[in-house]
Amino acid sequence: MNTINLTIDKKPVSVPAGTTVLEAARSLGIQIPTLCYLGLHDLNIENKPAGCRICVVEVEGRRNLAPACATDCAEGMVVSTHNIRVLNARRTVMELILSDHPFECLTCAKNGTCDLQSMAQELGIREIHYQGEKSTYRKDTSPSIIRDVDKCILCRRCEMMCNDFQTVGALSGVNRGFQAVVAPAFEMNLEYSSCTYCGQCVAVCPTAALTEVDHTGKVLRALADPGKTVIVQTAPAVRAALGEAFGMEPGTLVTGKMVSALRELGFDHVFDTDFAADLTIMEEGTELLGRLTRFLEGDKQVRLPILTSCCPAWVNFFETYFADMKDIPSTARSPQQMFGSIAKTWFAERIGVNREDLVVVSIMPCLAKKYECQREEFSVDGNPDVDYALTTRELANLIKQANLDLKQLPDSDFDQPMGESTGAAVIFGTTGGVIEAAVRTAYEIHTGKSLNRVDFKELRGLENIRSATVDFNGFPLRIGIAHGLGNARKLLEEIREGKSEYHAIEIMACPGGCIGGGGQPLHHGDSSILKARQKAIYTEDELKVIRKSHENPAIQELYASFLGQPLSEKAHHLLHTHYFEKKKRKVSIG
Amino acid sequence: MTSIKVELKQHQAEKLREVCRSFGNQEGELINVLHKAQGIFGYLPAEVQEMVAEELNVPVARVYGVVTFYSFFSMIPKGRNPISICTGTACYVRGAEKVLDEFRKQLSIGIGETTPDGKFSINCLRCVGACGLAPVVMIGEKTYGRVAPDEVKAILKEYEND
Amino acid sequence: MLNEETVIRNRAEGGKTSATQLRIALRNCGVIDPEDIEDAIGQGAYAALAKVLADGDPEGTIRTIMDSGLRGRGGGGFPTGLKWQLSARPQADQKYVVCNADEGDPGAFMDRSILEGDPHTVLEAMAICGYCIGATKGLIYIRAEYPLAIERLHIAIRQARDYGFLGEDLFGSGFAFDIEMRYGAGAFVCGEETALIHSMEGLRGEPTLKPPFPSESGYLGKPTNVNNVETFASVPPIILKGAAWFASIGTEKSKGTKVFALAGKINKVGLIEVPMGTTLREVIYEIGGGLQHGKAFKAVQTGGPSGGCLTTAHLDTPIDYDNLIAAGSMMGSGGMIVMDEDDCMVSVAKFFLDFTVEESCGKCTPCRIGNKRLYELLEKITRGQGTREDLDHLYNLSLVIKDTSLCGLGQSSPNPVLSTLHNFRDEYLAHVDEHKCPAGVCRELIRYEIVPENCVGCTACARNCPVNAISGERKQIHFIDQAICIKCGACLEKCKFDAVIIN
Repeated sequence: MNTINLTIDKKPVSVPAGTTVLEAARSLGIQIPTLCYLGLHDLNIENKPAGCRICVVEVEGRRNLAPACATDCAEGMVVSTHNIRVLNARRTVMELILSDHPFECLTCAKNGTCDLQSMAQELGIREIHYQGEKSTYRKDTSPSIIRDVDKCILCRRCEMMCNDFQTVGALSGVNRGFQAVVAPAFEMNLEYSSCTYCGQCVAVCPTAALTEVDHTGKVLRALADPGKTVIVQTAPAVRAALGEAFGMEPGTLVTGKMVSALRELGFDHVFDTDFAADLTIMEEGTELLGRLTRFLEGDKQVRLPILTSCCPAWVNFFETYFADMKDIPSTARSPQQMFGSIAKTWFAERIGVNREDLVVVSIMPCLAKKYECQREEFSVDGNPDVDYALTTRELANLIKQANLDLKQLPDSDFDQPMGESTGAAVIFGTTGGVIEAAVRTAYEIHTGKSLNRVDFKELRGLENIRSATVDFNGFPLRIGIAHGLGNARKLLEEIREGKSEYHAIEIMACPGGCIGGGGQPLHHGDSSILKARQKAIYTEDELKVIRKSHENPAIQELYASFLGQPLSEKAHHLLHTHYFEKKKRKVSIG
Repeated sequence: MTSIKVELKQHQAEKLREVCRSFGNQEGELINVLHKAQGIFGYLPAEVQEMVAEELNVPVARVYGVVTFYSFFSMIPKGRNPISICTGTACYVRGAEKVLDEFRKQLSIGIGETTPDGKFSINCLRCVGACGLAPVVMIGEKTYGRVAPDEVKAILKEYEND
Repeated sequence: MLNEETVIRNRAEGGKTSATQLRIALRNCGVIDPEDIEDAIGQGAYAALAKVLADGDPEGTIRTIMDSGLRGRGGGGFPTGLKWQLSARPQADQKYVVCNADEGDPGAFMDRSILEGDPHTVLEAMAICGYCIGATKGLIYIRAEYPLAIERLHIAIRQARDYGFLGEDLFGSGFAFDIEMRYGAGAFVCGEETALIHSMEGLRGEPTLKPPFPSESGYLGKPTNVNNVETFASVPPIILKGAAWFASIGTEKSKGTKVFALAGKINKVGLIEVPMGTTLREVIYEIGGGLQHGKAFKAVQTGGPSGGCLTTAHLDTPIDYDNLIAAGSMMGSGGMIVMDEDDCMVSVAKFFLDFTVEESCGKCTPCRIGNKRLYELLEKITRGQGTREDLDHLYNLSLVIKDTSLCGLGQSSPNPVLSTLHNFRDEYLAHVDEHKCPAGVCRELIRYEIVPENCVGCTACARNCPVNAISGERKQIHFIDQAICIKCGACLEKCKFDAVIIN
């Protein structure tokens, strides 16, 4: 590769061809502020419309300032990143952005975690010299996401995630000039658009133009109600990221501290979604084996590959775009919903509490979970199996509100029986984890042999689409894994065209799986954070004594005392679901 | 952008599909398709955009993003006698603004609006290339040159029996 | 239809309105029947293409264009030959030649005149360009608001295909080239070449950062050469008469001729074509016949919304790309609007900013919000509420918008502000310090008053006042109540005795 020599702030530097001025400056330790730019290079995600103009620098010989994020280094280039001309321009541009931004920082959802706020501070803005009309739009609240586009700075990150990475296409730049904004078609509510609530728009939004619907108030009220028994479940990816909200290093596992915090917050029982993840493997694994056996017996009707169904954004996606194939995914409900269903039947009965008086709260890395628990089919007589789904960020806020210092809390264990789980369950939190967990169980059941190694490293990683073949006693089981709905779409289209060679496919909507979920502490474009979380998940797996779902004693007891067998009638009723064609708004023909 | 709700008739829907087909249902032809669609319907209601999106296999948000970007596309039907007032530089220097004000006053509607009876709509356009006739007003296909504000009443009167 | 006026003027004056005009790009406009290819061939159409194909030396042809000194006529002034060379360089399975006919400068209509009057010259030049850079496909991106030009282009393309000037194996050379049309939909920013390319791809016409330049990655990611109509129209004469001939016309760095659209407060309006280096005085007084109604010349605005206002001090400056930029304006596509003593320069700057605000695509901050704020500052000043500090803000903001905007639209949009601030600072100060509009244009800053000596008490003013602000008995001196007056000017218009004045 060609090497390019240039000078940045009087320091010589050599970089490979194709390096941007921003990257070259960072390699010298020079921080050029950015706002619209976002790069998650390990995941092939990049947003550089060069629109905000905060990262402008002076390049000798050029008439205008150049955006560092989108300007490639050239031989002999002389760059100044912080001279007076640049500082004045940067500050003026920042003042312009702020002149069209509501001043509600004190009550804003992003107060303290807002990129715009910290940039204003960094640039030393104390006064805004330019005042005038501000853009105003209707606030739009959907089951998962709030759009408050008065706060949009048109960085276009959400649009890029929604279109390029997820291929959902719910959002687009609309109007032009001062009226330009990112919105769904006809500026309709997100709820009526093709939005899957994956929340990746929220995950990358630098301001509070896109935020989650906050349910902490409702949870506090339930906790304060002496007539309610409030139980909580925590998803696997939460424990690998919650610590970041308290200044801990990315990848710090805080499972025990989190349990203590939840107990301090007053939850009557602190349980683990991992328990339900093991249950999911029992049901989904059995379903996979069932289809596989029929396939091997020559049944031409059997639908393969089987698709995982734990990810609610992914479910919304195929209900919208691939409804013609809705008999392909596993019918197994997601762990969150299996947990809720078992909690409000088996567990409620065990502790002698009426369904109506039991409140199930889940802590999720996810925004689509908020929508999922509101789906009609997951309720009984109007009472939902899961009452509220909080994000990791909301939990962090609750903990801070209660004046708890997570770092100082002691480690403690989940309550029993729904706190018992295996290493197979915890890896649900990362891309490749669900299918690895399924393979561990399906292999042993199918072959009758016990695995001498449980780590299927060939299924791990962060590549967009991965595939591997696992030897099932002479039968090569072909597995596909995709994270990101755009990558999922590719595998789905192969199936539709009859070209898919896979027997089983795992799909997660978010980059990296749930570790990169829309409800996690913000990664601010740093993909090393996602890698650290992934590593933490696999560490937790290794630390577990039991690492195969079917060996979970609490699960074994649940089947023995209540459900009978996987895929039994009762299991079907409580743990499986069916899919609907999501009606996109259609032209009415009169 | 506000939109007037319509229901597409079967034959209109078929015509629109035919337009999309004539451009090979290529997403790159979106703007050409929208031009034709506006030619058929006079404007681009949401239902038309949805159908175009479906036929070209692009997100409807993107279609809407394109429609709202270009001033030529409209989601509001124009009046039977669309009034276009040139506000190009030459016309501006020769008093187009006053002429525009007079039309707005006479019809009690703003720019981009249509009178409640659907008779007139007012739009501004940038230079029709008739700077010699400035200020220029077009009503439908008819051009009025060197228009003075006090002639506006008489011009509107020509359309009295429409 | 509207074009007839221009064409007739040209005919009546035999293609030479004055000794200083010289028609190269407009040579056939009004001379040939644009719907008859035979007529065009009679005037030499497609002879240049034949010559280029017979020579079989694309590099040599590019050199000819380079040697001629032809620069882009759409505004930027980039050397055309160099652009062709850059587009010729990359290897690609497909390349494109694009004609930018999205003429958006309000007050400029030379491209439309060429397309309506001489469409074949554009087709011919595009084919020549295609041969030179190795492209077999041409696209004309034209404003949908130009129905006649579109129709005539369609006819011309059809006829050219029939005659073998477009299509397969042109002139037996083995070279194939054909042209399609793409329509703009009303977005000024699409005159910027990357925005234009996105628009042709069916997307929002938002510009993207250059590099990469279209010559490397343009339409559908393929190398693309974009030139404007007038630039293309200058190519065939250069091929036929030689680079030296073209280079002998004009100034040191700006060769050939330029078409201008004369408009505003001038006696003769319309298109003119003059050698580069002609002075503004020659254009305005000799060709344009001076100002209307004997009023005093105040300013001439060149370059459309991206340009600036020049004053009497610039009247003897030879017009070329570099001189105009040095004077704080630019060539743009050649709009030239003449203003007289009755024009308020603050209002003129506001008019152009209004245009920019409406036409900004909104992608980058300085253009989206900055221009809006510039407009609001100007509005504040025209309402008499501006301060000296606002003038500083106006200046700093203008500089930053120029310095930081993503594309040419934002990089030049403050020019009308900067040039009027520089050339007409007194007028700004009058608005700010004295709350007066010297030209009597800014409504909030003027008073209609009745001069008692001239008033005969005819009651015409009082009868025509829409808000009954004027009192006075018949044959008595009338009086305007300033608290009620809406400054519509009806009284001034109706008074036959010069008794109403603006103060």
